[in-house]
Amino acid sequence: MDELKFDEAICAKCETYDCIMKCQYMDLDLEQAKQEKWKLIRGEDSSILTDCVTCYACEEYCPYHNHPFYHIVEMQERLGVHPVPKPIEKSQVTAMGPKGRIDYEEVRQPVINMCYFPMMKGSIRGKLFKDVSIILGSDIFCNLMFLHFARNSTIKERLPKIIDNIMTYYLKDNNIKEFICYHDECYGTYTSWAPAFGIDVPFKPIHLFEYLYNKLVELKSEIKPLNLKAAYQRPCSSRLCPETDHFVDDILSLIGVERLKREYDRENALCCGGVFEAQQRFELAEINQEKNIADMKAFGATHCVFNCPFCFFTLAERVSKNGMIPIMISDLCHQALGE
Amino acid sequence: MDNTFGRLAEIVGREYVSNAKEELFIYSRDQGVQDPHAPDYVVLPNTAEEVKEIILLANEKKIPVVPMGGGLVLSGLTIPLKGGIVLDMKRMNRILEVNETSRYAVVEAGTSQGMLKAYLEKNYPKLKHSLPDAPPVATIAGNIAIHGSGHLSQSEGGFHSEMVTGLEVVLPTGEILLLGSCSTVPYWFSRAPLPDLVGLFLGWNGTTGVITKVGLKLFPKPALHDVLMFMTEDVDTVPDVMYRVTATSMAEDVTFMITPKPAMLEGFQETIISIVANSEEEMELKKKIIRKSLSSYLETKEAGFLPIPPNMKAPILETPQKDLSRFADVSKGGGFEYVGGIMPVEKLPEACRAGMSIAQENNIPYSLGGRVIGRLHSVMFFFAYPFNRADEADMDRARQALEDTNEAVLKMGGIPWKAEASGQRLILKQMDPATYEFMQRIKKTLDPSGIMNPGNWEVN
Repeated sequence: MDELKFDEAICAKCETYDCIMKCQYMDLDLEQAKQEKWKLIRGEDSSILTDCVTCYACEEYCPYHNHPFYHIVEMQERLGVHPVPKPIEKSQVTAMGPKGRIDYEEVRQPVINMCYFPMMKGSIRGKLFKDVSIILGSDIFCNLMFLHFARNSTIKERLPKIIDNIMTYYLKDNNIKEFICYHDECYGTYTSWAPAFGIDVPFKPIHLFEYLYNKLVELKSEIKPLNLKAAYQRPCSSRLCPETDHFVDDILSLIGVERLKREYDRENALCCGGVFEAQQRFELAEINQEKNIADMKAFGATHCVFNCPFCFFTLAERVSKNGMIPIMISDLCHQALGE
Repeated sequence: MDNTFGRLAEIVGREYVSNAKEELFIYSRDQGVQDPHAPDYVVLPNTAEEVKEIILLANEKKIPVVPMGGGLVLSGLTIPLKGGIVLDMKRMNRILEVNETSRYAVVEAGTSQGMLKAYLEKNYPKLKHSLPDAPPVATIAGNIAIHGSGHLSQSEGGFHSEMVTGLEVVLPTGEILLLGSCSTVPYWFSRAPLPDLVGLFLGWNGTTGVITKVGLKLFPKPALHDVLMFMTEDVDTVPDVMYRVTATSMAEDVTFMITPKPAMLEGFQETIISIVANSEEEMELKKKIIRKSLSSYLETKEAGFLPIPPNMKAPILETPQKDLSRFADVSKGGGFEYVGGIMPVEKLPEACRAGMSIAQENNIPYSLGGRVIGRLHSVMFFFAYPFNRADEADMDRARQALEDTNEAVLKMGGIPWKAEASGQRLILKQMDPATYEFMQRIKKTLDPSGIMNPGNWEVN
C-alpha cells in the first residue's frame, strides 16, 4: 500500500512524450524531453523536478494513465525539491491538518462534501440543493493540495484517517454509500490519486457536475436560458478527472450559456496562477493571467465561470477589472433557475 | 459642595466636573496592570482659557493635574498617582483647520484619531494622517505626546511626534503658548526655523504642561492599497528583510509579527509590507521591486511571500489594524498590557527571543511584533500580554512579564516606550546623570509647584 503504481516499462516504451511535449510551461525539444524522461524513469535528478509548475496537466496528457505527475511529485519529495518556500510549506501543513473537531452527525442523502471551503457554504442553497446534507472541515479535507508542495507523504499520511472519518462520522451509521464532491480536488483524490497509491475508497464519489446536470434535467421546465457567452476557467484538479469535463458543456448548454471555444480551455487550459504565486513565480503568474484574460475577452466572454474556489479567489478581481463577471458554476445554475 | 468643586464648576460648568464615586472609579484605572488611584475631581474643559483657569486654581490649591486624552495608554500615565484633577480633554475635539496645499491640520487636543480620519475622508479624500494601531477613540494629542507611531511612520518621517508642526500649550503656571511657526505667523506649517520648543511637551507624560492644540502633518492618499506578507522561519533574518525592503523606498508601512496563534503561524515571522499607488502599473512596479529586493531568499526557498486570500487580506488592509485589539481580549476579563520597546533593528531577534521566553516563564499568552520607524532608523517593538482582570494571579503574571520586559529591553539596548512610573524609574536609573538633572531642572522651572502629573519622570 502507498506505493505509486507508476510503470517504468510503460513510460520507457512511450514514444509520444506527451507529458513533456504538451506541457505549457516547459520548453523542451524532443531530444531534451527524451533525456529528461529517462532521468525520471531511472529516478535521477532532472530539470523537470524544479521547472514543474505543478499544473497537474501531464496526468491528463499521458495516453497510458501512467501517472507521470504523481511520479514527479514522488521524485521531488525524494530529492528534496521544494516548489514552495519552506516556511510556507510548513505552515500550510499545519494549517490544513486535521484538527480532531469532528463528531457524529445524522446526515441523509444527498450528502455534499464541501472539502475545506466553509466560506462557500452559501452556494449550497435553493432548488438545486434542496435537502442536501453538508459535510466539511479539516477532518475530512482531502489534502490533495500538497501535490503542489511535493508532499505526497502528507496525503499518504492523512488520507486513510480522512476516509475513516467520513465513514465513521457521516456515512456508515447513516447507511450512505456515496457523496457529492463539491471540489474537483476531492473527486480527483478518490478517483485518481487514491487508486494510484493503492488506497481503498469505500464510498462512491459523485462529481458536483454530474449532480448539477441531473438536477437541472429534473428542473428543466423551470430553467430560463441565460443567453450568455462564458469563458470556463478549468482548474488543475480537473486534470485528474478529465472524463467529467463534458458535464461543463452539458450544464452550460442546459442553462443557455455558450462555453466559448477559446484557446485556453479544455486540454490547453491555463492555470489560474495562484499556485505560481505560492511558488514565487510572480512573473509567470502575471504573464499567464494576462494571456488567459486576454483570451477570454478576445472571444467575447461576458462571464468567467469557475468551479474551483481557489481559482475564483485568484482571478475574480482581475476578471471583473476587465469587464467580465466572475461566477461559480453553481451560482450560474441558480441564476438560470431564477434564484 | 467643597470650595474646589465649586470653583471648577464655575470654570467649566456644573455638568463638566464630577467627584462622584462611580466616575472617580472609572478614571482611577486603565486597561493595564497598574494599581488604581482615584482622582479627587474629573474635569472636562472646553477651551484653552478654561484649562488655564483650572491650572491656576490647581496652583493655588496645590492640587495635582493629570491631562488625559483617550485614556488608552495602558501603562497608567493618566492614572492620577497622587490624586487631584484628571483633565479629560475629550470636549476639546474641534478640527480647526486643514490646509490642503501645505498639507497640515490643526486640531484641538481631544480630537480623536477616528474623528480626523473620518473628517479627512469626507472633506479631503486625497489627504490622510498617520494612524496608530489603536482604537479610533485614541486622541491625536495623546498619541503625539507619548511618541506614538503609525502606518506612515516608515515612509513619512518617523514617530508621530516628528509629524507635529506646532502646538498650543498651557504651561503649569497658566500661560498659553503657541510653539512653532504659528507663534509668529498665522500658519501652522513647521517647527523650523525657530528654536524648537515643541519637544518640551513630547514624551514628558504631561509633566510640563497641557497640550491644547496640535498642528499635524498630513500626507497624500493614493487611490490603491495592497499588501505583501513575507514569511521567514529564522528570526535572525528579519532585520535584513526589513533593511532590503526599506532600501527600495517602495513600501508605505513595514510591520512584522510573531504569534503562536493561529497554529499555522507559530514558529514563523511575518513581515507585512504595505504598498500604496496611484495606478495599477505603479502598484505592480512597486511589488516587483520589493520582490526583487528579496530574491535571494526566494531562490533558496528559505523564505517567501505568503499568498493572501481575499478574506485574509481584507483585515490586513484595514487602517488602523484591529487584530491587536481582538488579541487584547483573548484572555477575557478586560486586561491588556502592551509594552513597547523602541530599539535599533539589529536588536529585534533578541527582543523576539526575550518576549517568548518571558511569556513562557510567566505562563501568559503573547503576541510580538513591531513597526519600522523611518527608514529603519529604529523599530517600535511591542510585547502584548492579555490577562484576565478578574483573576488576580493572572494579573500578577502580566505585571511580572511587564517588569521583566522593561528590564530586558533596557538591557539589550532599547528603551521602554510610554513606560509606567516604575518603568520610568528604570530608565532614569540608567540615564546619564547630567541628562536626568537637566530634565529635573526643566520640570522645576516650568512647574515650580510640582502639580503636573506627579510621580512621572521621578526617581522616587
